[in-house]
Amino acid sequence: MSIWEYANPKKFMQTSAWALPWVAGLAIVVLVGGLVWGFFFTPDDFKQGSTVKIIYLHVPSAMMAISAWFMMLAGSLIWLIRRHHVSALAAKAAAPIGLTFTLIGLATGAIWGQPMWGTWWAWDPRLTSFLILGLFYLGYIALWEAVEDPDTAADLTSVLCIVGSVFAFLSRYAVLFWSQGLHQGASLSVVSQEQVSEVYAWPLLTCIAGFVLLFVTLVLLRTRTEIRGRRIKALLARERRL
Amino acid sequence: MIALLARDLRLAVRAGGGFGLGLAFFLMVVLLVPLGVGPEPDILRRIAPGILWLAALLACLLSLDRIFALDFEDGSLDLLATAPIPMEGVVAVKSLAHWLVTGLPLTLISPVLGVLMNLAPAGYVWLVVALALGTPALSVIGAFGAALTVGLKRGGLLLSLLVLPMYVPTLIFGTELVKRGAAGAAPGTPLLLLAGITLLAVALLPFASAAAIRANLK
Repeated sequence: MSIWEYANPKKFMQTSAWALPWVAGLAIVVLVGGLVWGFFFTPDDFKQGSTVKIIYLHVPSAMMAISAWFMMLAGSLIWLIRRHHVSALAAKAAAPIGLTFTLIGLATGAIWGQPMWGTWWAWDPRLTSFLILGLFYLGYIALWEAVEDPDTAADLTSVLCIVGSVFAFLSRYAVLFWSQGLHQGASLSVVSQEQVSEVYAWPLLTCIAGFVLLFVTLVLLRTRTEIRGRRIKALLARERRL
Repeated sequence: MIALLARDLRLAVRAGGGFGLGLAFFLMVVLLVPLGVGPEPDILRRIAPGILWLAALLACLLSLDRIFALDFEDGSLDLLATAPIPMEGVVAVKSLAHWLVTGLPLTLISPVLGVLMNLAPAGYVWLVVALALGTPALSVIGAFGAALTVGLKRGGLLLSLLVLPMYVPTLIFGTELVKRGAAGAAPGTPLLLLAGITLLAVALLPFASAAAIRANLK
């Protein structure tokens, strides 16, 4: 019994079919719970008023936007090293989800920034590196679409993903590297004294867990779709040959 | 490898205007800016570093698809893949050839365009330094993008979508270096970062490009 068993598409389909409803249900419960807790049962900030509550969408989606790229990196490396198709397809499936999280992060950030900073957008290193990450997602998806042979596409996008992870890393740590600009430092930290107060931290952690579960759900679902798409293509090719 | 370099340079100079075209494009973009923005010296002085860098970047982008596309079409790339030198070496040499025919002439001609853009007198040295340090990164990163898209029929637009985000750090620190130089401020930080980006790109990206080429030739 090893983890590579799940690289077999059939085994993956069986396991994911069993796991999907549970993960999806858990994602819904945790996400709805966290958001309701955050939106309705925490006090308004004394300076920011109720706008502070967009943190429950902004921080988790921004975190997941970056984490999704690292998940794609893991999938790409497994594809390059061990040639497991499922892992390449999982990386492909994760890209549009990561792009969506990036857009949610940018949009909620703009909506939050408008009343707080007085501007929708600032050319701050943190915002800029995040926008570049979004462009990388676009390029990655476009490259998958453009290359016809699926194995070549998987190879090329894997290489792109490895190079792009430099920028994902930059995005991740931009919050710590540069002190200039409008964006504040990390909101949650294990060691730092400077973080959001506990009233906000627990619902925020719940929302982050909810977003992680949501991401896992969507990746499983989309990977299953990709595998089915691959199977249909193979069937059609066989039909044509007969 | 020297033979390959000489061959690429000869092809670039003799065959079909690849050599002068990038340079002419650079010239045109910079010339169009005062016509579009208006010829006020103060405004031009302020935007000069950014415009010169942007024009260099676009001129570089324009010639990227020539790095591998022609060799891919006529099959020389297959021959190079079976040649005794490793693909990484081929990619590095081709990037170098690309830099010699685009980045280097751009760097050399940039002070002239600095005059047209009314760049502050202290900025000329730093403009040349910044372009000399930054354009190799543009060539190497561009070669990576070209390697990814070499098998595609209409890869041009995709190429720019892939390559331009990777150009951003070079653009930011290159412009910052020229700005600080022109203002007479200490140029240390952007200078080091720009050099760092270029060295990192030159050291690592040929491996990624070679992997992409191999995948495309399979």
